[in-house]
Amino acid sequence: MSVGNWITRVDHKHVGLFYILSALAFFLVGGMEAMALRAQLAMPNLKLLTPDQYNQIFTMHGTTMIFLVVTPVLIGFGIYLVPLMIGASEMVFPRLNALSFWLQLAGGLLLYLSFATGQAPAAGWFSYAPLSEKPFSPGKGSDYWAFALLLISAAMIIAAINLAVTVATARAPGMTMRRVPLFVWMTFVNSLMIVFALPVLDASLVMLLADRLLHARFFDAAHGGSPLLWQHYFWIFGHPQVYIMILPAFGMISEIIPVFSRNAIFGYTSAALSTVAIAFLSYGVWVHHMFAVALGTTFISVFAAASMLIAVPTGVKIFNWAATMLGGSLRLTTSMLFAVAFLLEFTIGGLSGVAFATVPVDWELTDTYFVVAHIHYVLFGGTIFALFAATYYWFPKMTGRMLDEKLGRLHFWLVVIGFNGTFFVHHILGLLGMPRRIYTYGDIPWWGPLNLISTVSAAVLVLGILLFCTNLVVSLQLGAVSGDDPWDAWTLEWAASSPPARNNFAEIPVVRSRRPLWDLKHPDAADWLLEETPVQGGD
Amino acid sequence: MVWGLLFHPQSPETEAIASLLADVLVLSAAVFSLVAALVVASLVRPRRARGEPEGRRILDAKAARARIEAIWTCVTVIVLGGLFLLTVRAMAKIDAPLEPGTAPDLVVTGHQWWWEAQYPNGVVTTGEIHIPAGHRLLVRIDSADVIHDFWVPQLARKMDAVPGLDGYIWLEANKPGRYQGMCSEFCGAQHAWMHFVIIADSEADFSSWLKSQAQPATQPSGSAASEGARLFLEKKCGDCHAIAGTAAKGGNGPDLTHVLSREFLGAGIARNTPETVALWLTNPQAAKPGNRMPDPHLSDAEASALAAYLGTLK
Ligand code: HEC
Ligand SMILES: [Cu+2]
Repeated sequence: MSVGNWITRVDHKHVGLFYILSALAFFLVGGMEAMALRAQLAMPNLKLLTPDQYNQIFTMHGTTMIFLVVTPVLIGFGIYLVPLMIGASEMVFPRLNALSFWLQLAGGLLLYLSFATGQAPAAGWFSYAPLSEKPFSPGKGSDYWAFALLLISAAMIIAAINLAVTVATARAPGMTMRRVPLFVWMTFVNSLMIVFALPVLDASLVMLLADRLLHARFFDAAHGGSPLLWQHYFWIFGHPQVYIMILPAFGMISEIIPVFSRNAIFGYTSAALSTVAIAFLSYGVWVHHMFAVALGTTFISVFAAASMLIAVPTGVKIFNWAATMLGGSLRLTTSMLFAVAFLLEFTIGGLSGVAFATVPVDWELTDTYFVVAHIHYVLFGGTIFALFAATYYWFPKMTGRMLDEKLGRLHFWLVVIGFNGTFFVHHILGLLGMPRRIYTYGDIPWWGPLNLISTVSAAVLVLGILLFCTNLVVSLQLGAVSGDDPWDAWTLEWAASSPPARNNFAEIPVVRSRRPLWDLKHPDAADWLLEETPVQGGD
Repeated sequence: MVWGLLFHPQSPETEAIASLLADVLVLSAAVFSLVAALVVASLVRPRRARGEPEGRRILDAKAARARIEAIWTCVTVIVLGGLFLLTVRAMAKIDAPLEPGTAPDLVVTGHQWWWEAQYPNGVVTTGEIHIPAGHRLLVRIDSADVIHDFWVPQLARKMDAVPGLDGYIWLEANKPGRYQGMCSEFCGAQHAWMHFVIIADSEADFSSWLKSQAQPATQPSGSAASEGARLFLEKKCGDCHAIAGTAAKGGNGPDLTHVLSREFLGAGIARNTPETVALWLTNPQAAKPGNRMPDPHLSDAEASALAAYLGTLK
């Protein structure tokens, strides 16, 4: 296929795959960066990297994983799956769809181009002013960072509007909002969150660029500006962003667990409503990233209460999934193994989140390795595990072939062992007082051995990920042919061929319940029969 | 010296934090065990017999489901409510209110990448901050450049040092000892080496330390040291460093009036020995890569004269 051919593709399935594949490429880059960081920290006083190199690499690692991997890959799955799941033939704005991907990619490339200037950004992924201001970051890195993020946020907003409009207007007949798959619900809510959160990031980036390039003084305390202005703006975006990076993963899990538990989701309505609750609350908790700033105890305790409240709808979700499994009978495919592991790992990440809402604990542990553990349990143990589950689950739909289950199991165990070995010890390091973002440390009791465990485990994790890539490549050629519906699933994408034809469906099945394919396969025990009898009906 | 807080809180404030932390950890372990138990229970449940209609179980039991969901939600709300009360109580203890207008007992300023402490009597020290044990001090945290964070895990909560915003904390040590501290907000190239030590002294030791620090620098005797004192001004060291009793009054680098009395150089990166001082003078960027002291381009003779002078600053 020629390049021109690629660029002009607008089929949502191609655009979705572009998103997913480019995220995978950046995931490998970000992973290599992580390994460089772990190598430097393996033992006290190592000199593999200079301080400046270390700071660039951890900044690029965080920015890459957040803006070039996790966020876009979830959007990519949304773009691929949402039209199929709602019985549509295409996104509502196919060309905008393609534009969003190319903007996203351009942003990623621009970010990496900064290495060519000799100074990649080095102020961390949240780039606190005044460190990110010209006097303290004179290189061009922070300018590249800000421009790249502007491009990426434009891409995100375009994709989000497109997804939201598609869900709102392109659903098949009978596919009411009370019947769409939970992945669609969560992608829909997620898209609205993107539309409201990302402009705040844009505003802060523009202020930063104005300070850096036009001698403005937004964040300069000596001239009437305020460094806290950056923090408020950034986290008003940043906290919703945290959920933007997990809600679609919740959606994936909500599809996968029921199918492999042979059981309809426990509490569809509460799963959907809790998503909405999380979305609203997530705009009211940003100050919990700033508890260590002198903001006054009363002010802070309001945000502590709001942050704790988020645990309620999140707990509802965990319970929905666990109850679905408990009531079903499990099929432990690799996809399901990752989903089950997600449940446990994400619970750990959620609980350390509650610890940080407990303000005095935050006063002790914020900006230590305890935070590093927390974000990785949420983003890796949470979202990336969900993405592995999703890949094993939807790969057959996307390619027509199954991923290899034997390699899959090996991949699973390497990742579980590597991940927990790498990040669980970070909790302990945090409790032992190790601040995050230090390029080295002295000979302090326990720090050396714990860091070594972490680094060795990270190598195991990398091995697992390489195995996953091998599985993708090998199975694409040699995997068993999957057929349209290898998992005996219930949502509409499995009614399309694998891979789906250009317009997805030759004929859209009748949608009379949340599980149209179940109804089709079991006409005598169809869900809609129950739903239409209010006494026993679904919720 | 043990780092970190969990097992060794050494002040009433960190004791409050540690006990709350212990509660949170126990609670987390309980919740995790509950979720894990649910998962394990569903894994060991016998696979359903063939032929049994699958996938209907939950749909059938709407009323029961609503009840279970309500109970689960209420329990979470109650547990979190309790946690919130504990949180607010601990906050009140750690951030005890202060009378408006109270003057701080100590002003600590973060610089890229070292900490300066100023006492009410004018004494200024760098990185090794003495306090009297058993006294609760009000400390004001400032920054001279970017955002830093003042953190002594065993003695006090963290406080961000934000330019233009005064932060106040209570600092106290139950008993004499040395307590490690470090910058805990990423602040640029040498964030890793922005350590400091709180040295809690008995009352007598503290006041004699304070008295000796209040002395201006000793007048250099001997030709090398006097030459060093002259070079210190000639080479513009005084633009950045202050030495009390001389014309050197700079504030962009550590006060060197009593540099010999300190154990570490470069905010913890090296011990204070004649060799490390010599390296610091001839190649500061090798001593601490990226730090804010430019290479002064000294000849060997100049470096050793300066070293001799610094060697008199007890
Ligand atoms: C542009 C400002 C500047 C000039 C000029 C300068 N220094 Fe420094 N100096 C610093 C800074 C900043 C540090 C602390 C670096 C750090 O720890 O990150 C420092 C640290 C030191 C230290 C170690 C002190 C300690 O407690 O860690 C010594 C000794 C020293 N300087 C001596 C000198 C001498 C002698 C000269 C003149 C030849 C000189 N400096 C010129 C900025 C300067
Ligand atoms: Cu600092």
